[in-house]
Amino acid sequence: MGLFFHIGRYASFLRSVLRRPEQGAVFRKLLVEEMNAIGLQSLGIVALLSVFMGAVICIQTAHQIGGWIPVYTIGFTVRQTMILEFSPTLIPVILAGKVGSNIASQLGTMRVTEQIDALEIMGVNSAGYLVLPKMIAALTCIPFLVILSMALGIGAGLWVGVSTGVSSAADFEYGMQIDFNAFDVTYALIKTCVFALIISSVSAYHGYFTSGGALEVGRSSTKAVVYAVVIVMVANLLLTQMLLG
Amino acid sequence: MIEIHNVSKSFGDQTVLRNVSAQFHPGKVNFIIGRSGSGKSVLTKCTVGLLEPDQGHVTYDGRNFTDMDREGRKAVRQEIGMLFQGSALFDSMTVAENVMFPLRMFSDTSEAEMRDRAAFCLERVELTNATDKFPSELSGGMQKRVGIARAIAMNPKYLFCDEPNSGLDPQTAIVIDNLIGDLTREFNMTTVVVSHDMNSVMEASDFIHFVHQGQIAWHGSTSGLLTADHDALREFIFASKIMRELRKTMS
Repeated sequence: MGLFFHIGRYASFLRSVLRRPEQGAVFRKLLVEEMNAIGLQSLGIVALLSVFMGAVICIQTAHQIGGWIPVYTIGFTVRQTMILEFSPTLIPVILAGKVGSNIASQLGTMRVTEQIDALEIMGVNSAGYLVLPKMIAALTCIPFLVILSMALGIGAGLWVGVSTGVSSAADFEYGMQIDFNAFDVTYALIKTCVFALIISSVSAYHGYFTSGGALEVGRSSTKAVVYAVVIVMVANLLLTQMLLG
Repeated sequence: MIEIHNVSKSFGDQTVLRNVSAQFHPGKVNFIIGRSGSGKSVLTKCTVGLLEPDQGHVTYDGRNFTDMDREGRKAVRQEIGMLFQGSALFDSMTVAENVMFPLRMFSDTSEAEMRDRAAFCLERVELTNATDKFPSELSGGMQKRVGIARAIAMNPKYLFCDEPNSGLDPQTAIVIDNLIGDLTREFNMTTVVVSHDMNSVMEASDFIHFVHQGQIAWHGSTSGLLTADHDALREFIFASKIMRELRKTMS
């Protein structure tokens, strides 16, 4: 099936997803469950990766500056890398693997076991019921995870810089504050929100339209991650050009 | 009454249903039988709106379901209960939550009233001791019974059952057949059962539609089934040894 078929079906799918939920109370309950699954249950992996990345960026920068570039550059580089690219792009890419595959396989399994048909027969808007809470949960939780990632990465950079002796706390903090532009954080959060919508909706699209059996559920899950990551990368380039270019 | 008027459905070059017309009567168990791939599942999906017919339409008590808008269909669907081949219970919910689900989505009843209704439906299918279990903790027969309880939770006027006995042992299958028959008469539902299990047909059916090569090749009451003058139907009915023995005894 061609690209235009998928674009058309994706648009139609999103239109169904964005219809008003049938029961507000049920929707709120599902939203809390999804926020737990997408947000809270991703805290560990996000924190772990951010700490290690912040620490590694600090050591690598210290290795590069080699004496003739000011030491405060370490703090500056850690801050800029975490805020501009690592946290808002790589964390969503990692979440595309964790959350995206989970969404696709959950919906794919519901499709092949006729649970989605059961919802439709009852008169429930299955796309809205199943996908809208996931999209809103992703849109609200992933930006928080990204902010946390920025803080942890910069904190880990400071800790490693000071404890290994490549930078003093004062130099690192000076570098962290120098030439700070608050729009960088805004840019990062705009990117994150767009990526959160891409990850949740693209994964849900692949899961929702699964047909066949267990093998196809696995394929949908893989395709969901691959397409989500590729679209995130393309969107990253476009947004960066639009917002910073 | 459910009426199917000249419904046709194709997938690419393959025509699955050709000008099918049928009537399903209230208070009766109407069976759609036929070989695998004959088109009976597609016919059922077109009837309940999971597939759109290329041509023709379906009416529920005179209401043209096929041409209805989204809201109209939603209203009719709340009068439909369906038992799926694999039960299609929601894995993340307990048995009681599964049965209460349609009530929670489409009624303004209180939590206590929903629990009472779920308890009534589960009692009707003799599953009162499984309310807090998850579907994965139940046997296939128990899952089917929960599926029936969920299907009747909203007091439906129309009940669809897709291969209700698949994967069940003969004794459990008879329990399910009898349950479907009893509930149909008790609630005066228009029940449509898709099956290729002749034991089930003989046990539970009132009227039968035989689908062959995408058309209703024969229809009539259960009493006329064994003496029907239709080659493909006879081949289908008497495919098993036990049915051939029955034919010998009858003749």
